[in-house]
This record gives sequence, C-alpha cells and structure tokens, in this order.
Amino acid sequence: MSQIPALIPTSLLLASLLSLLIGLKSRRGAHWTALLGAIAAFAFSLMGVKAMIDGDGEAIRYAAGNWIPPIGIEFVLDSLSAYMTAIITFIGVIVLIYAPRSLALETPGRERMVYPSMTLVLAGLVGMCLTGDVFNLYVFLEIAALAAYALLAIGDRGAPVATLRYLLFGAIGGGFYLLGVAYLYYATGTVNMADLSMRLPELMESQAVIVAAVLMVVGLGIKMALFPFHFWLPDVYTNAPSVSSALIAPVMTKVSAYAIIRLFLDVFPPGFFTANLPLAQTIGWFSAAGIIFGSVLAIAQHDYRRMLAYSSVGQLGYIGLGIGLANPIGMIGGLLHIVNHALMKGLLFMIGGAVRLRFGVTKIPDFVGVGRAMPWTMVAFTVGVLAMVGIPPTAGFFSKWYLLLGSAEAGAWVWFAVIIASSLLSAIYFFRVVEMVYRDPESDSAVEDREPLPRGEAPASMFWPITIMAVSIMAVGIFNVLIVSALLERVAAPLGG
Amino acid sequence: MTADFLLSRYPYVLIAVLFAIGLYGMTVKRNLMKKIIGMTIFQTSIYLFFIQGATKQGATIPVLDPELGPSAELYINPLPQVIVLTAIVVGVAITGVALSLILVLYRRYGTLDEVELLRRMRESA
Repeated sequence: MSQIPALIPTSLLLASLLSLLIGLKSRRGAHWTALLGAIAAFAFSLMGVKAMIDGDGEAIRYAAGNWIPPIGIEFVLDSLSAYMTAIITFIGVIVLIYAPRSLALETPGRERMVYPSMTLVLAGLVGMCLTGDVFNLYVFLEIAALAAYALLAIGDRGAPVATLRYLLFGAIGGGFYLLGVAYLYYATGTVNMADLSMRLPELMESQAVIVAAVLMVVGLGIKMALFPFHFWLPDVYTNAPSVSSALIAPVMTKVSAYAIIRLFLDVFPPGFFTANLPLAQTIGWFSAAGIIFGSVLAIAQHDYRRMLAYSSVGQLGYIGLGIGLANPIGMIGGLLHIVNHALMKGLLFMIGGAVRLRFGVTKIPDFVGVGRAMPWTMVAFTVGVLAMVGIPPTAGFFSKWYLLLGSAEAGAWVWFAVIIASSLLSAIYFFRVVEMVYRDPESDSAVEDREPLPRGEAPASMFWPITIMAVSIMAVGIFNVLIVSALLERVAAPLGG
Repeated sequence: MTADFLLSRYPYVLIAVLFAIGLYGMTVKRNLMKKIIGMTIFQTSIYLFFIQGATKQGATIPVLDPELGPSAELYINPLPQVIVLTAIVVGVAITGVALSLILVLYRRYGTLDEVELLRRMRESA
C-alpha cells in the first residue's frame, strides 16, 4: 500500500520507454504497451482513492530511494492527489483506447512516436500531482510539457508554429516558477512541501517569500492559460490532432491549476494568499474576465475545435473562481469542475475526432445532417453540451451550483452574475452546433447540392470510449455528493468552515 | 551608496540584465532563432540566480573530510548545485524540442522570420 505513490508514475514511465522500444518493431505493440501502462496506473490510482476513502485521509508517503525527507524527494498521496491522479489516468485510458483509428487518419505513419509521448504526458502530470517537493514539481511540469509539445506539433499545417509559440510561453512560465522556487529556497532552506509549510508561518512578512509566491503563481498561471495568459491556447488546440487535444485539453491545464491550489492550501500558511497578499482574489478576478472573454469569443468561431478551445479558456476560469472565492464550498466547486470539465472537454474533442474521421469536416456549418448519420454519437454530444451549459442532472450543473453557493456566501455578487451569464453564453454557442447537427439537410439550401452523409457510427474503438465518457458525465453528476463528501470536503478543510 | 550597492550586489545586477535581455529576445525579436537564443539567455539567468546564492569563499566540495571536521561553513551546499544541474538538463531538452520545431518550419517555408512565415503559411493554405 505504501508503494502506491511511486507505482502510479513509474508504471507510466516504464510503459513509455517500452512502448518506444516495441514501437520500433510493431505499431500495434506500442499501442498495447501504452494502454496497459495507463490501465495499470489507473488501477493504482483507484487503489489510492480507495485507501483515502477507507482511511481517515492520512497521506501515504513514499521516500524515493529511501532518503528520508526533507533530504530526499518524497511522493505523497493524499485526498487531493488521489482525486487528481484518478482523473488523469482515467482520461488517459479512454483516450488511448480511442487513439489508433483517429491517428491513422490524421497523422499517418507517425503513430509510433505518439504512444510513448502520450504516456509521458500522463507520467509528468501524475508526477506533478504526487510529488511532495516544489522543485520536483517543476521537473514533472516540464516532462509533461515537452511530451505535449511533441504531441501537439504533429498536427495540421499550422501546428508547428502554434506549438513553438506555446513552447516559448511555456518556457517563460516554467522559468518564472523556477525563479520562485529559488526565492523560496533561499528564504527557507528547503524545497520539501511539508517542510516548507512548517517554516513559512514565521516568514509571512518576508519580502523574498512574497516575491516567490507571486512568481510561482504567475508561472503556473501562464501554464494554466489563465486569462490574460491564454493567448497560446486556441491556435494549439485548433491545429493539433484530435487525439492530442482530447488528451491534453482535459487534463494538462488543470494540473497547473492543481499546483496553484496545492501551494495555496498546503504549502503557504493559511491566509497568506488571501489576507497578506491578495493573490487568490487576483486569480478570481482574472478568471471572471476569462470566463466572459472565452465565452464571447467562442460564439464567434466557425471551427469546432477552435470554439472548444475558447470554451476551455472560459471553463478554466471556473476553477480559478474556486481559488478566488477561498471558502470551502467555492473551492469544492472549483475542484469538482476539474473532473467535470475533464470529462466534458474530453468527450467533445473525441466526438470532433469521430466526426472528422467519418466525414472529414471540422467547420461547424458542415455539421448539418451529422445527427441523422451518427445518431448515437450525437446523443453523447448532446449530453456533453447539456453538461457544458450546466443542466441537471449532468455533472456540469453541480460544480456551478457549488460555485454559486460559494459566491453567495462570500458576497461576491459580480462573480455570481458572471457564472450565470457564462451559462447563457455557452448555451448560445453550443446550441448553435446542436441546431446544425439536427438540421434537416434536405431542406437546407446551404448544403442542398452536397451528397447526403452516409449513415453509420464511428468504429467501435472510438464509439465505446465516447459512450463511456457520456455515461461518466451522468454518473459523476448523479453521484457528485459521494465525491464531495469522501474526498473534496477534506481537501477544502484548511479554508475553515 | 550606489557604488557600494553595485560592488556588493553586482552578480544580481548582471543576472537581472540577462533576465531582461532574455525576455526581450523571446517576446520582441521577429526571428525565431533569436527567440530561442533569448530563451536560452532567460533560462541561464535563472540558473545563475539559483547558483549565485550558494557561492561561498574558501569552502570545498561537499564530501566530509576528517581533517577539516563537520563544520558546514567549510563545505559548499550541494543542493542548489544539483537543482541547477537538473534544471539545465530540462533547459537543454526544451531547447532541443524548440530547435527541432524551427527545423520543421524552415524546411516547410524557407524562412525563420515570424511575419514572413505567417504570410507564407496563409498563402499556402
């Protein structure tokens, strides 16, 4: 049991290496190795979640190389990291099942490099969630980012330029974070999170600690695509292969948000981000601006993937609002939105890939008649849309509900209004697509001369992952109380209440 | 006053200058190669900042020497050195990926000028 924190990233790292080597001989072997590694990591994550629910939330600590912390690096599995790793590895398994057919169409001949990169992204992300060391977090952050650059750059013609821009801003974000670690190290003499949380309370007034906190949050904010640092995101998601977007859009940016939450709740002393230094409020206001900005720009997009990318900018804002509210119920809403948005965005990008595979279309006006050609996939799409808008009993409703309760409790009526307004805005841009999908192609003058779309769902390897995601959205919505009471209430406990 | 400040803190002044040059290069320069050079300077300034805090006069490598005794003053702190070494490895990997990306771009469009590149991209689309 005490090995779980190390087993989750190592099974993925090992799978990545093996998948690379086996990929030299067999493409199918590379896929299966990556998939098995992800399944193993998901199983270990579930064991971790179970251990957290059964136990009283006592963290499982693993000292790497048996070097006792704070001298050695430790991996820590607590309620928050168990929750995050379960989400990441679940999305990983689903997208890896989905991947082969889509990759064969969109990146022919280059699939064998994709599977090792995908597992490496997952390894970096779970590593970020499990590490108990602020510098180690930087290393895992860059592992995930480097593998993600490779995954994103193999896409359409515009992909290398978009990825290079992402890489440059990612390097600035990583650099700021590292500089913050340096300040923190010279203020306290340690990079271990548990050790830092013991030494920081007496240094609350220290200028070096304040500079460190600002630098780290700005760095992670760039990586998280927090408004106004979001500008790299739309181009990247628009040009990337569907599989890369389906893997990276749901989890990558959220893990940087997780890192901010970890610093906020567990590393810096209670009240440091709210009372000493109004960082949480600043994140909240930028997030509120990002929600409106992303939603409005999403309405203006013609490309399905670009619309989803702008919608992501907006949706990330909800997690930021959870940080900004800084009360337990708001934080629970923000954390719950991590799993909700991961499922919803993963589903919608996967459906985009399936439609592209069947009909080769990515522009929203070309979606006319798809509802008749792929009826079940479009049922899943409708579930995803209802969740994005936030209609009960889908998952999307409950995170917004908690955020609304949190805003009311904090008296943040502007943020309350922003959440309501953005639900209406997302209804506008998503129902526009739904209308296209179910429009009768024969009575539509724009596509009258087009051949009718042949009826038929996506191949089974893509159809079932989509179905599982849609069912999960409903399940997370219906059982959200279980997640909240078993894991998230404990995570948000340091905020009081 | 200023002279004293500069004399005692000159490494930090140099690091700040490098940091600014690097950020300038990354964000303002039009040539992609210069952007990557800027990125390297930017990262180097952070390594230098991290390592500067660990400098010590008259100390030796952090291996316990029975003749010197266990006093921490006589040994260099190994942790920042190791951290910076790891960070340099990460930085090299980032530079490698960035160079491979601009190699793809140069082969495809025959230019590294950002504005010209975007123009040729639009034309070919």
